[in-house]
Amino acid sequence: MSVLAEVPLAPNPVEAFIRSERIPHVWCPGCGIGTTVNCFSRALLQSRLNLERVVVVSGIGCTGRVAGYLQLTSFHTTHGRAIPFATGLKVANPELTVVVYSGDGDLVSIGGNHFIHAARRNQDLKVICVNNFTYGMTGGQVTPTTPLSAISSTTPYGCFEEPFNLPFLAESAGATYVARWTSYHVRQLTHAMGEMLRKKGFSFLEIISGCPTLYGRRNRLGDGLDEMKYFKDKSVVQHGANTKEAGIGFQGPIVVGKFVDIERPVFLEQMNQQLARTLDAQYAGCVGDYVPS
Amino acid sequence: MDSKAKVLAVRQGRYCVQADPAGVLTGTHFLDGDQACCEGALAAGCRFAAGYPITPSTEIVERFAQRAPLVGGIFLQMEDELASSIAIAGAVWAGAKAFTVTSGPGFSLMMEHIGFAVMTETPLVIVDVQRGGPSTGLPTLPGQADMMQARWGSHGDYEIIALSPNSPQECFDLTIDAFNLAEQYRVPVFLMMDECVGHMTEKVVIPPPGEIEIVPRRYTSLPPSQYLPYRADAHGVPEMVRAGDGYPIHITGLTHDERGYPATNYQAQEQLVRRLINKIRQHTDEIVRYEETTLDDAEIVVVAYGITARVAMQAVQMARERGIAAGLLRPIVVWPFLEKRLRELANQARAFVVAEINCGQIVQEVERAVSGRAPVVLVPGAGGAVHHPEEILEAILTHASTREVLR
Ligand SMILES: Cc1ncc(C[n+]2csc(CCOP(=O)(O)OP(=O)(O)O)c2C)c(N)n1
Repeated sequence: MSVLAEVPLAPNPVEAFIRSERIPHVWCPGCGIGTTVNCFSRALLQSRLNLERVVVVSGIGCTGRVAGYLQLTSFHTTHGRAIPFATGLKVANPELTVVVYSGDGDLVSIGGNHFIHAARRNQDLKVICVNNFTYGMTGGQVTPTTPLSAISSTTPYGCFEEPFNLPFLAESAGATYVARWTSYHVRQLTHAMGEMLRKKGFSFLEIISGCPTLYGRRNRLGDGLDEMKYFKDKSVVQHGANTKEAGIGFQGPIVVGKFVDIERPVFLEQMNQQLARTLDAQYAGCVGDYVPS
Repeated sequence: MDSKAKVLAVRQGRYCVQADPAGVLTGTHFLDGDQACCEGALAAGCRFAAGYPITPSTEIVERFAQRAPLVGGIFLQMEDELASSIAIAGAVWAGAKAFTVTSGPGFSLMMEHIGFAVMTETPLVIVDVQRGGPSTGLPTLPGQADMMQARWGSHGDYEIIALSPNSPQECFDLTIDAFNLAEQYRVPVFLMMDECVGHMTEKVVIPPPGEIEIVPRRYTSLPPSQYLPYRADAHGVPEMVRAGDGYPIHITGLTHDERGYPATNYQAQEQLVRRLINKIRQHTDEIVRYEETTLDDAEIVVVAYGITARVAMQAVQMARERGIAAGLLRPIVVWPFLEKRLRELANQARAFVVAEINCGQIVQEVERAVSGRAPVVLVPGAGGAVHHPEEILEAILTHASTREVLR
């Protein structure tokens, strides 16, 4: 028996957040998703939230599998529809802290319509988007975030569609918190996730993440570590940056930071205020804590 | 459901309690089918609806939007039917009873979430006020051509429950039944209305809350350490929990094991999908419901549902006036199908006449049940109008034994 085995290991603080019976997970070596889950677990740990009230909702995709590994009440819904499912949950029980955790394709391609409408309504949802510039689960096709000229399995000669700039999209649609970091920025990610967990309103965090198996390989970007180096070298921290200028070109600079943090009445507040104003005592109030006294 | 509510009956090991008085508009009203459906939902304890406007169903949610804030409910007008059909699933897992309402084009968009509700055993109700199709079809005119779509419109193998009301009163009554069946079997339940029934105004009697039976959601009494979200009871139905109750459940549309964890293999699929199907199929006798009119001595059995059953009833009466032993079998629950009763009737019937506002959907099921023991005749309609009773009468006369004498 080796000496190492006898030394009691300090328990990993995030272990309690993981369904260890489901490990090994499906993610590839070098994938950034696991790193973000680690950050999220730490953010939860620090948040001191009642974890019984924290719910994670994912759509479909590699990132969509996050819900299934977290030791929390979690839902793995359908492709693109995590946000409307989460909306139903949150509105029917406003005491829940509802986190949507999914991929770029899921949230802004097939789910794009729900994304902008939930932001417009300022639904109190914490939306975490792992953007790996590709459809990971289905083998690396082009997505609405693939940078121009990047190779994907369905743009074998290079992408020729203008990508979405997600922070700009989120802000324009009405998000009250918008930040972007990469899977290299683990402390900043944990911090941003903590801020989102405390924030009321539609908050959006984009995490630029490596996909060495598909996006990285097709574009000859090296392995997971090389992608990390790219994130480290080309990230430019610019809090409060104009999101309009935060677009990402192929292997170009990545503006990171907290871009938006504003207050705006959330959906249920607006609803309750309007109904209480119009109906007065007749309003039965469906969601206790938001009814203006 | 309020724990103080009186327990009314115990069926199949399940409690029925009385309706929450807040949602019950007791009295005699003059309502159209859409409005009655909305009142049925409120009486059933539904406090959450999500929808996207579409003729001829919109009046249901318009009324819900007006009524819900007065009784502690909420209506969300979502951005589309994909969103509405999954927002209600979210609300259900938060503890609400929820429904959505649509018509053909919206129903098509909801298909994926019907499968999701089946797979995750999310009890919810979907109302389809049928209009003429395919595609945008006839927005303001009736159809009954979504019957097969209700049954198997989503991909994969499954069984659901579908009801077909033929009057505003039944729109009220059957909406309550739909919610109850959804809870009892943890399955999406469809109320297959049609434009005529939806827009026809008639007397609707809403009983006092104490006379309305409600099946409350069956939550587990097991602690989180012992609870398995997909371990079924003897009837094939598992107990539920709510998000926020402290059960770290994982719910997925992937094939899953009893823990709710994804299991990508043949064994898990066999176990899960067979249970999902059998929990309905094996309870067909309890779920099936129909109405019979002058069938005792009938040699011609007319089969019709929804608005068409009312026209068919007139045809049957006209046939009786001519001395022909005709009767009407009206499926109230359309899915699962009333196969057994049809097989019995095949022993006595000379012919079956099926009238429906489509070009042959339920007739295929009738043919299957009758298995060639008697001719089965379709009186079709492509949509846009109800039948003329004479069309159905004609089919009855053609197959009646006494036709020569009478004509
Ligand atoms: C309706 C529907 N269409 C397509 C798919 C196939 N599909 C599964 S995951 C996925 C893309 C996921 O990409 P993304 O959201 O970027 O997440 P990633 O896998 O990269 O984390 C697709 C297209 C599906 N499951 N459902």
